[in-house]
Amino acid sequence: MNTDSSAARKKGRLAALTASTAALALFTAACGGTGGGSASAPKNFSYLTVNENSTVKTALGTLSKGRCADEHKALPLKVESVPQSGLDQKLQLLAGQDALPVQFAAGNAPALTEQLYKSGKIADLEKELDKLGVLDRVEPAAISTIKALYGGKMQVLPYEYNIEGIFYNKKIFAENGIEVPGTWSELTAAAARLEAKGTQPFSASGQLGWPLTRLISGYLYRSLGPDALQDVKDGKAKLTDPAYVKAARQVADLGKKGYFGKGVGSIDYDTSFNQFLTGKAAMLYMGSWALTNIADPKQNTVGADNIGFMPFPAVTGGKGSVDQYPSNVGLGITLGKNTDAKTGDWVTCIAENYGSTALKDQGSISGFKTSTDVKDANEVTGQVRKTISDSKQNVLWFEALFSTKATTVSQTNAAGLVSGSMSPKQFMQTVQDALSSK
Amino acid sequence: MHRVLGDRRAVLLLLGPALLVYSLIMLVPTLWSLGYSFTSGNTIDGFTGNGLDNFHRLFTDPDVRHALWFTAKYAVAVTVGQVVAGYLLALLYVFFLKKASALIRTLVFFPVVLPTVAVGLLFKNLFQVGPQTGPVNSLLNAVGIESIDFFGSSGHAFWVLIGMDIWRSMGFYAVLLFAGLVDIPDEVLESARLDGAAGLRLIRHIVLPMSFPVLMSSLIFSINGTLKAFDSIIALTNGGPGNSTSPLTLYMFQTSFTYGDYGYGSTIALLLTIVCLLVTLVVFRVSRRDLTKD
Repeated sequence: MNTDSSAARKKGRLAALTASTAALALFTAACGGTGGGSASAPKNFSYLTVNENSTVKTALGTLSKGRCADEHKALPLKVESVPQSGLDQKLQLLAGQDALPVQFAAGNAPALTEQLYKSGKIADLEKELDKLGVLDRVEPAAISTIKALYGGKMQVLPYEYNIEGIFYNKKIFAENGIEVPGTWSELTAAAARLEAKGTQPFSASGQLGWPLTRLISGYLYRSLGPDALQDVKDGKAKLTDPAYVKAARQVADLGKKGYFGKGVGSIDYDTSFNQFLTGKAAMLYMGSWALTNIADPKQNTVGADNIGFMPFPAVTGGKGSVDQYPSNVGLGITLGKNTDAKTGDWVTCIAENYGSTALKDQGSISGFKTSTDVKDANEVTGQVRKTISDSKQNVLWFEALFSTKATTVSQTNAAGLVSGSMSPKQFMQTVQDALSSK
Repeated sequence: MHRVLGDRRAVLLLLGPALLVYSLIMLVPTLWSLGYSFTSGNTIDGFTGNGLDNFHRLFTDPDVRHALWFTAKYAVAVTVGQVVAGYLLALLYVFFLKKASALIRTLVFFPVVLPTVAVGLLFKNLFQVGPQTGPVNSLLNAVGIESIDFFGSSGHAFWVLIGMDIWRSMGFYAVLLFAGLVDIPDEVLESARLDGAAGLRLIRHIVLPMSFPVLMSSLIFSINGTLKAFDSIIALTNGGPGNSTSPLTLYMFQTSFTYGDYGYGSTIALLLTIVCLLVTLVVFRVSRRDLTKD
């Protein structure tokens, strides 16, 4: 009996030990992360981007088959796309697990990129490019725009170098006897004429929100001057000040008069492009990255020669001027800390060839110098390139200096502003509150 | 059997592994999250203790008040809709369609198995105003009413959301309640009928009290599900316009993962847990009352 009980006890202990070991293994597996942390050398030239931006991944794909084929063979390019609205969440989670890819879109707001940089998840790209001997392949203007956006450091690569303004349909303008508007009142008069003739004046994605808030910042820069939003950041002004609310009111009025068409809040990015490029809307506020879509005959059924580009119009009596273009480097794409000789080879190849490839194949202007002389794909591309080279002073966009929360609040409420469910004062108050909160 | 269950070690051995797994996947993360509510920061910056700051912020944050109010409104409307529609359908199956109800049951149950995102897209297209006019607006136009931007105003968006969630899940509650109704013995119904009870009187005095336990279970299921609703709202309105259809779950998600404030996000999660617990307790307490003794 004693022997039996001792054996049973032993069995019991064994079972308990097995259960504990299994539980410990489970716990370790659950808490141990993915194992793909930054310590090991990368197996791929992994690149995390957003669905809405196809320019960079297409150009990188072209390079991987052509000029960067050797680099691709040594370290294969692997692209993963997520919706832009889910990018920040994805980055937070990957950064927490120390599993950021080699190259990634670094957030919807520069605030998140800076956070990643400060915590050591992003390389100092100026230093990295200098080390690789390719810093001189980047346009100095692009470096200075990046530094203005990202706290004086080069935290992202200039895969795009954009200026923003209003693209318009030349044919629709001519048919309606409209001259290119030089002032805000001429722009609203043109919109009124188009609306009266049954043509939708503007196309904009209210689902994304930023194409609408860009109009507010455009008006602010023209009326209050290039420091309008820096003053808000520095606490010298508030978005609820009358001059700021006035800018929101001007944009809300466009919506009130139906200039953005029906259901602007449900219009996504592609639909807004489609409306403009198929001639259903006369104007589209967008960055010069739109040149890629304009150059694509499958998307652009009105023809690239029918598209013109104008700066955001002046506000009569305002302190800003029309040659101050909002500029940016598109979606900030950066390199993680996890780099080695093979990723260095990739970056070198990109710095040397990306500028020409993107311009030649897609009409996309980047901050990388072109290695060969590329003929402009169409007139509007030439016009934009000339505007960039002639541009003397640049300004930022509405949310560029905002926190992540204020950026989200601004962009998710923009459709409400133009659809009338939110007053201009309420809108600015809501964004100001988000700015003032922790 | 008694000897085995009387032995503490045997009980421990039988319960131990399950308890351990439960603790690891349920209790540990819950306590971990509770710990986060006393910190600020995120996985990028790291965490620093901030005492009761998050709780103070919770009571003064107007967005929390708004999200809590929306959650309550949404939970009440959807729960009432789901359970009432489910109960009416169950009555239809049992007393009118009887054995011929199988096809209708299957059809009504069908939306339950559809992915939420697909249902969200379906309703988005049904109610859209632009760039193409959706069927609902076309119908309104046909009877001379102007198109409505259903997702442009908080009131309309709320009701579309409620309609979608009731349509999506009433089939499930109908089947659940149907199972409760078929359990009522035929003899009881027959004798009630012989005593002159019919129609609404039969339902009020016999069917309702006898199906009360399953009705309560449905209510608890429904209220707990709706208090934690997330996917259907993301798919249809993404909390918009603005944050007008944003419940506590969505605000918690955005705070933690978009704004990178895990500590405050965990505090909101704690609030949601407490709300769920309180509501369940209240429903349990009410359900203890025996309706037949009134």
